[in-house]
Amino acid sequence: MIKMVHRSSIPLHWRLYEPKYKLIGNKCLKCGESFFPPRNICPNCGRKGALKKIVFSGRGTIYSYTVIRTPLDGFEQQAPYVIGVIKLKEGPKIVGQIVDTEIRDITIGKEVKSVFRKIYDDSPSGLIHYGLKWVVIE
Amino acid sequence: MKKVAVIGVGETKFGEHWYKSFRDLAVEAGIKSMEDANLERKDIGALFVGNMSAGKFIGQEHVASLVADHLGFSGIPCIRTESACASGSLAFRQALLSLQSGAYDAVMVEGVEKMTDIIGSQASLALMGAGDQEWEASVGLTFPGLYALIARRHMHEYGTTPEQLAMFSVNNHKNAVKNPDAQFRFEISVEDVLNSPLIADPLHLLDCSPITDGAASVLLATEDFIKKKKIKNPIWVLGSGQSSDTVALQDRKSLTSMFVTIDAAKKAYKQSGLKPKDIKIAEVHDCFSINGLVAIEDLGFCKKGEGGKFIEDGNISLGSTVSINTSGGLKAKGHPVGATGISQIIEIVKQLRGECEKRQVDAKYGLTHNIGGSGASCLVHIFGKEK
Repeated sequence: MIKMVHRSSIPLHWRLYEPKYKLIGNKCLKCGESFFPPRNICPNCGRKGALKKIVFSGRGTIYSYTVIRTPLDGFEQQAPYVIGVIKLKEGPKIVGQIVDTEIRDITIGKEVKSVFRKIYDDSPSGLIHYGLKWVVIE
Repeated sequence: MKKVAVIGVGETKFGEHWYKSFRDLAVEAGIKSMEDANLERKDIGALFVGNMSAGKFIGQEHVASLVADHLGFSGIPCIRTESACASGSLAFRQALLSLQSGAYDAVMVEGVEKMTDIIGSQASLALMGAGDQEWEASVGLTFPGLYALIARRHMHEYGTTPEQLAMFSVNNHKNAVKNPDAQFRFEISVEDVLNSPLIADPLHLLDCSPITDGAASVLLATEDFIKKKKIKNPIWVLGSGQSSDTVALQDRKSLTSMFVTIDAAKKAYKQSGLKPKDIKIAEVHDCFSINGLVAIEDLGFCKKGEGGKFIEDGNISLGSTVSINTSGGLKAKGHPVGATGISQIIEIVKQLRGECEKRQVDAKYGLTHNIGGSGASCLVHIFGKEK
């Protein structure tokens, strides 16, 4: 059997440092659309676009959500956990865990903010992955 | 453009094939399609193999040559195509284009997947390869989770209910009872679906397609070849459409409508000169019940947002407004990802030939709809008895 280890490379996390830890994306100065994660080319303007780095506010609303009850490897201890599609104030959508909130209190449209958290660990001696999760603002 | 038709079909039974390997399944389906069309090796110009992830499922790459090798086709040009769960239909379209280009007169198109040689959690990781590894799998999002996010939003925007989603699975199982090749040949009720464990709310276990082993093969040929060989009962390809969209669900403009389906269908309808109301039978990509529901809306069988009511009012059952997934669909016939697209085509071909016995529907045209990932790729094909 082939043992699959997902996303365990350290450089993979280094190079995503800005968007993953700081919620940095970009915005096309030509069409005005913001992107998260940052894009290499503006999908609207192509090479004529002008992408500029921006820091997102970390504020948004719940656009959709689900409760994951059969988790991926590495997330077993957290199940059941809530994953939401968050619509950021600046426009783009992002998926992430919604935490510190009772499942029954989560509804579409509620306001959320980003928090820095541990995401999962590879194994007892493996990498610990950090990133952003989301909490409901009451 | 050259007219092309399906002239032979063959598939393995879908299910858990503990005693059959990837190559066993591929050879079995391939030989069946050759016998169905009564062709020989020398008639076949090229081999196309749709396969999503043999590398992760069985540790084997280079599968086009592997299938050619074991079919006894050494020397044949062979091509593997990958577009996640739409890999099979992609192979079919590439084969079609190769015939239309004049490169070949007749080709074989196989779809193969062997999914049960790894444990369930590893299979989940392999399937999640169809999503965005950097931004979806990395936060713990699973494939059922992606479609659950779509389902929740569809319920929010249009009032779709879990019962209506369940009815899609119920219809699939009802049809699968009449299909000897299906994985799950038993009926289920709406209550069974709603009482089955939640996998990713609001989707229950019985809203989800299974892990399946299987292979499916079709032979495609040009009109000249069909005339020369005096082949009977060809089923003509009238339209072929393909489209693509963002791999990550979060980057889509809409969660409740799939641009890829609308776009691929538009291209296929235009090429065939047909409209949704002309289609009486369709195999749609119901990897999850919600995807079947979204598909019947986006293919134009009902208005956006009315899929739930359309299903509830009995419009998708055998012999009704549009017979959806007479094979049992991905939910009940099974979903060996790379083989699924070809298996859908086989069902439509058999229906148009009148070979479906207890599940036979009277139709002039049929449509197949095959999605990759959570809607990053889609192929739609339309078939007819007449050119």
